[in-house]
Amino acid sequence: MTDRPLTQNLRPDGSPVWLADYEANGGYQGLRRVLTDSTPEACQQVVKDARLRGRGGAGFPTGMKWSFVPMGEKAGLGPKYLIANADEMEPGTFKDRIILEQDPHQLIEGMILAAYAIQADVAYIFLRGEYTVAAQRVAAAIKECYVAGYLGQDIRGSGYSLELHLHRSAGRYICGEETALINALEGKRANPRPKPPFPQVSGLWGRPTIVNNVETLCNITHILTRGADWYQSLGLGADSGTKLFGASGNVKNPGVWELPMGTPIREILENHAGGMHDGYQLRGFLPGGGSTDFLTPDHLDLAMDYDVIGKAGSRMGTGTMIVLDDRHCPIGMVRNLARFFAHESCGFCTPCRDGIPWIVQLLDRFEQGLATEEDLALLEEKARFIGGIGNTHCALAPGAMEPVLSALKYFREDFEQHISGRGCRYQSLGRGH
Amino acid sequence: MTDLDVIPTLSPEEIAEIEHEVALIPRRDSAAIDALMIVQRHRGWVSDSSLKAIAALLEMSPEELDGIATFYNLIYRQPVGEQVILFCDSVSCWLRNGDGVKEKLSELLGIDYGQTTADGRYTLIPVPCLGACDRAPVMMVGDDLHTHLDDCDLASLLTCEANHD
Repeated sequence: MTDRPLTQNLRPDGSPVWLADYEANGGYQGLRRVLTDSTPEACQQVVKDARLRGRGGAGFPTGMKWSFVPMGEKAGLGPKYLIANADEMEPGTFKDRIILEQDPHQLIEGMILAAYAIQADVAYIFLRGEYTVAAQRVAAAIKECYVAGYLGQDIRGSGYSLELHLHRSAGRYICGEETALINALEGKRANPRPKPPFPQVSGLWGRPTIVNNVETLCNITHILTRGADWYQSLGLGADSGTKLFGASGNVKNPGVWELPMGTPIREILENHAGGMHDGYQLRGFLPGGGSTDFLTPDHLDLAMDYDVIGKAGSRMGTGTMIVLDDRHCPIGMVRNLARFFAHESCGFCTPCRDGIPWIVQLLDRFEQGLATEEDLALLEEKARFIGGIGNTHCALAPGAMEPVLSALKYFREDFEQHISGRGCRYQSLGRGH
Repeated sequence: MTDLDVIPTLSPEEIAEIEHEVALIPRRDSAAIDALMIVQRHRGWVSDSSLKAIAALLEMSPEELDGIATFYNLIYRQPVGEQVILFCDSVSCWLRNGDGVKEKLSELLGIDYGQTTADGRYTLIPVPCLGACDRAPVMMVGDDLHTHLDDCDLASLLTCEANHD
């Protein structure tokens, strides 16, 4: 039986694992041992050696991110902060929800250890407002921790102290961008900040701050208690550990599964997601949420590893796949996504604020049967410009253009058919269009 | 009337809850979003007079606070119905007939996005991906998530919600 550290506590009925059961399953034992036996520097080294990469979408090496936090006197006066990014809003992504709702202590233990490794004084869980069940359960779990002495002053006699607060967000996708999230926590509009300075040096209220995804933080306890070698051995290919993979769309068994990094896409879509619904054929899929490039059935035998998916022209993203079938229009799907990104632009910079709505208008022309060859050329030109790295303040617009540009690459005949056929042939197929 | 005179527009409970948040953070104005959400929990939405009172309490300008309030989609600057329906209009729900369900819901309630039913019971608002794509299409009614809407009887779902209050 392969190790499934992230989901080992989950129950078939989805009921939450409270403190007593979490401890009975071995929870918080690692915390006690690490706080007494390990230095923060040693913890950072183990996470680096484990080669954990961020599970929120970007895949940045977690140990390296932490290493930029000034330690000891170099940090200057005032608190340091750790923030769990629980603002799960990437379209098609529903993986952190299961941890937040069903195993909140796994997140909290990982946060305490991550906070210890960077010597943070205060931690926040930044939770999207619509996750109401998660909000109740995380708040209750935090309360249990204060009562049990896992949070607050001098945690379990270790001399280390940490305060943990839950912040419920008031919405907006852009809050998932870490500097926008920090602005939201400071009570401001969630416009991303210029970098540098990076949050590790100057983040929340100008103090050193680490923002990590929920799933990333959940890995920390397992890595620190079972070691870097064990964690590396979990992956099938170049990347370490396991990952919460998922699939949605017209597959027989949509869901989330913890599988080794490097699991072939075919295994995820055919074995776990059960293949396509009867009467539907696989057309393509976004491998890691709404801001990743389409891949096609030709890519089914690729491994879900950061670099493998990157070389194929897409991104691992959040690892939750959105599946396009042959009865839904690729242009309609891309238009839905572009509308989302146009709406969620923070409005700070022009290519994103004005450019993405322009893309939506062009896609509308295809849907309405008004598009010409000139529109197709304009769509491609503008999408390349808006998606160009460095043309915008943050990564929202480049992410927004990934489905558009990859649709132009793989589903070009659909665009041509919309021009020559003066409209969308899928609209006659019934469901959606 | 000075700025501070408007603070009593807020109830003692609202002020106490806001001050509890303020005590946890280094700057008063950093409690802006929490304060708006607290007042909204008590009143359903944030009126101009509430906004001015919160701004005075947090020692910031009403204009700056309104810039924040109008940025966030879960802060309502207009009156809403007793229950807000957040209907997911993102991609996984679209692939699972979300548009068709939304049409049925609009027909049933007699309202489109941004509108409130004549009886003041429901306001319908689109919302980005609710993170329940394996159970699409989905929506929230108040604090409750409803899933697999394609296979469900919306009328009885809303009746159940009404009874469940």
